[in-house]
Amino acid sequence: MGSKRSDRREFLKRGVALAGGVTLGAAAKSASGQLEGPEAFIQGTDELVGYGKRSSYVTSVRIPHGGRASPDTFGLDFHIAAPLQDSVGVITPSSLHYMGTTRGSFVPDIDPEKHRLMIHGMVDNPLVFTMEELKRLPSVTRMHFIECAGNRANRRHRTVQETHGMTSCAEWTGVLLSTLLKEAGVQDGGDWIVAEGVENVVGASSIHMAKAMDDCIVCYGMNGEAVRPQQGFPLRLLVPGFEGILNVKWLRRIKVVDQFYMTYNDYGHLRQDSDDAALGMQIGPKSVITYPSGGQQLPGRGFYEVSGLAWSGGGAVARVEVTTDGGRSWVDAEIRGTAHPMAHTRFTFNWEWDGQECELQSRCTDVLGSVQPSRAQAIEYWTQRGQPARVKGQDNSIQPWRVESDGSVHNAIS
Amino acid sequence: MRFLRLLLPLPLMLGISVQAQSPTYGLGRTPSAEEIRAWDISISPTGEELPAGSGSVGEGSQLYLEKACAGCHGTTGTGGPAPRLVKRDAGPDAGPWALGRVLPIRAPYATAVWDFINRGMPLYQEGTLSADEVYALTAYLLFLNDVVEEGTVLDAQSLPKVEMPNRDTWAPLPEWWRPGMSRLPSYPY
Repeated sequence: MGSKRSDRREFLKRGVALAGGVTLGAAAKSASGQLEGPEAFIQGTDELVGYGKRSSYVTSVRIPHGGRASPDTFGLDFHIAAPLQDSVGVITPSSLHYMGTTRGSFVPDIDPEKHRLMIHGMVDNPLVFTMEELKRLPSVTRMHFIECAGNRANRRHRTVQETHGMTSCAEWTGVLLSTLLKEAGVQDGGDWIVAEGVENVVGASSIHMAKAMDDCIVCYGMNGEAVRPQQGFPLRLLVPGFEGILNVKWLRRIKVVDQFYMTYNDYGHLRQDSDDAALGMQIGPKSVITYPSGGQQLPGRGFYEVSGLAWSGGGAVARVEVTTDGGRSWVDAEIRGTAHPMAHTRFTFNWEWDGQECELQSRCTDVLGSVQPSRAQAIEYWTQRGQPARVKGQDNSIQPWRVESDGSVHNAIS
Repeated sequence: MRFLRLLLPLPLMLGISVQAQSPTYGLGRTPSAEEIRAWDISISPTGEELPAGSGSVGEGSQLYLEKACAGCHGTTGTGGPAPRLVKRDAGPDAGPWALGRVLPIRAPYATAVWDFINRGMPLYQEGTLSADEVYALTAYLLFLNDVVEEGTVLDAQSLPKVEMPNRDTWAPLPEWWRPGMSRLPSYPY
């Protein structure tokens, strides 16, 4: 180490001499020779050259969600939540993307050479595609979030990973489902599709043709590489803005049918109330502050960039507002980057914390003009109509975080 | 306009092609009818995809033990680590939604019970049950929940006709939804 240091000093001296003392700063630093260097180096290996990995100092991980173990006693994975408290930007790294399976599942290990996608039922030309053929078709690349119907905060949750970790956002690449359906030729009366995966329970979902022909993507790419096995390698369906279970993974079959099929996944999410069914199918406008959020600790008063994520199944995020006084006054947050339709959108807010106890919240408005409600507003809407006091459908209510004077941050759902 | 309508068939007036659509890219191959049949395990509420075969309540009660269903779901359909298969006791006037999240009572169609067992059971050996065995297990589970009589034999004709108590008390997904609509137009949130 010592000899390396002196070599470096020699090099810097020569560099300065050759450059004729261009900048005073560089000359002063080289003269001192006391720059703080890294404490250790990562040895290059074939493995790291081939496929990199994150720093050992970065320890952010997913956790089982909803009180059921993953893996469970059978070795099945069920629901796994993404660490949104550590997220930056809008892409969820593929390794940290939330995971949901229907009733618990093993992750299939599929040879893409052998994988096939069949489109049949009420079509003029039933078709079977290889992965290679799918990749020859015109593709799209789009940012989209996926959110599980179980992403429902309660007052027992401590962190944003527990309250909101069952949503993630990735850049997805694949063929529009409409391209494949047009190629097969949908017949009159083919108003629904059944999409089916190859996991051990062969999960299948019914999706209305209006959505299937609009913006659904049969994806083979995720965040610049192949879709990960936990996300459906080699092929998954993306149903932008609709509840997570419709985004069938390990996709092998699409059948065009004349009616809702009440198949495996459909039964699992069967509703008694038609408002629940509608409000559960498409995700409403939603947002959450990820920093500062529950379980985090502010070191002291002063400047903070408050940061969070907003999204809506109704389209792009149009506006995000933030309150630091528990909802008495709201100010517009800044949208960072482009607000893509049905995608996580990063918002920030410059905040000077005075060291007093306070409550932070965020509120999303989407391009359709739908506004994220407080829990009380959503409940009041239904009780005024003689309905039970609860948030119907997918819960998109505002998440409050309480900052105490000691800088600790807590879930403030009452 | 009225004059034209008298002369032209409606599809032509609307500019709709009545010809079969032809592929644009010409990729992919046509599956054989046999291939489609082998893959097509989705059973509609009307049961048109149901295979030949049959099974009775009695055969189902034997299979429930032989196929190790009881190991995970309990010998009486409850008490195991897997979801319960018998309705909860909610009194004589209880509606189907008060009986628990129990497939063979909450499913609006008996075909959904058949489909679920056929594709998803038993754990680790999914897809190994014969059609006869799935009919028998479906019959047994429906019997356990007082949906069918003890002497029932189910097949492709009788299964779709079984009247489930939840047949008309569930909420369909909104068929009115179109791209660009909010999730429930009357709801501001």
